[in-house]
Amino acid sequence: MDLVASVLAGNRLALARLLTQVENDTPEGRLAQDELYAHTGRAHLIGVTGAPGTGKSSLVNQLARVYRQPPDGGEPKRVGVVAIDPSSPFTGGAILGDRVRMRDLAGDPGVFIRSMASRGSLGGLAAATASMVLVLDAAGFEVILIETVGAGQAEVDIARLAHTTLVIEAPGLGDDIQAIKAGILEIADILVVNKADRPGVENTERSLRSMLQLAHPARRGNLHHRFEEEVVGLAETAPESSIWQPPILRTVATEGAGMVELYGEIARHRQFLAGSGEWERRERLRLQSELDMLLQTALVSRWRETVSQVAYQAVVDRLIERNISPRHAVETLLDVKDKERS
Amino acid sequence: MTDRKIRVLVAKPGLDGHDRGAKVVARALRDAGMEVIYTGLRQTPEMIAEAALQEDVDAVGLSILSGAHMALVPRVLELLKANGQAHVRVFVGGIIPDEDVPRLVEIGVVGVYGPGTVTEDIIKDIRRAIASAAPA
Repeated sequence: MDLVASVLAGNRLALARLLTQVENDTPEGRLAQDELYAHTGRAHLIGVTGAPGTGKSSLVNQLARVYRQPPDGGEPKRVGVVAIDPSSPFTGGAILGDRVRMRDLAGDPGVFIRSMASRGSLGGLAAATASMVLVLDAAGFEVILIETVGAGQAEVDIARLAHTTLVIEAPGLGDDIQAIKAGILEIADILVVNKADRPGVENTERSLRSMLQLAHPARRGNLHHRFEEEVVGLAETAPESSIWQPPILRTVATEGAGMVELYGEIARHRQFLAGSGEWERRERLRLQSELDMLLQTALVSRWRETVSQVAYQAVVDRLIERNISPRHAVETLLDVKDKERS
Repeated sequence: MTDRKIRVLVAKPGLDGHDRGAKVVARALRDAGMEVIYTGLRQTPEMIAEAALQEDVDAVGLSILSGAHMALVPRVLELLKANGQAHVRVFVGGIIPDEDVPRLVEIGVVGVYGPGTVTEDIIKDIRRAIASAAPA
């Protein structure tokens, strides 16, 4: 049986090996993704992001447990976890330590945890994260928790990938929440103040609330969309029904406190996405941006085949001599291609 | 194929609570460009084998100071094999009496490293062991 068939049949070793192929972007991994694509689109993708030390891994651990034993008495969900930690920019090595906080999940065949190094990506995810999530989706994991690299202010890629994005904050991480200024606060569908048993939790929550209120509800909804518009160039005003006010929740992940409420809010957000048409909208935006990226890569490599290295280097020479600007260089190169073709 | 990263699981089976050695080794492997999955203290052999499977690692490093190595190490090797991961190379660090080393090597451990080991030696051994291990 080949890898794809084994993965669809639920073989965990095959899944682990395929994830490696996909992470390393091998030809086998790419072919498998083509075959698996028809089986995707069923999972609820939940992003978990926030500054280092806010307790993302502990929260993922507890959240996975809740999905394994839903408090509303529902069927246990199969849970996939993808946890990303940074690669060293100097050696390319990495220490992936998120499993340390996820030991409660060991021995449960309904859970599959995979650690990833960021391998030079800067947006809080790794280049292959979306593809890895696709494989887990096809393998039948109904909930996929994606834990980003400890994020500061600009690591907002997760909002493009996930259906529901949780931004985790903790008391005592700086006055007026330095850690979450513009970017990361805007992508939150749900704000979680973790370590809520610590002093200062009221201040943290109050700051978050006032920041949310600074933006008028309607504008806040638009802010979220403006981000997406910039990313994929789809300029469409959000309809009234698609405005979601991010709730602020308190949790103590190490003790499991607040998890039932968090589970409830995630479910409510999912219903909102489905009921407002946002689910399809986000799906379209996400797939369009993915398509655009692939298209760019493909167009550039196809173009490179048509233009000679000599012509290309000649233009680079003129750039170095300041004969032409980079923008002119592009125009020249695209012209060169057209001439060579005709 | 693009840059194939070596992935290593570093785990501490058993009940002793000293993970300094394991962390030193983890950092050395990271500095050698490897991706190290660190699982923390008090792992059972079952937990280690399961993590090795999910993470599709090339090697597993076990740090044992409790004296229980002759029970824990064979169990981990057995479980790796049972999971279809016979190609995963296993190395052991910690306090291992000299007389136990031949037996560990005999059952398939690629290296045993006590206090004072130069981390470069571990890195070299892991690279060599992985190069010679064809994934099944």
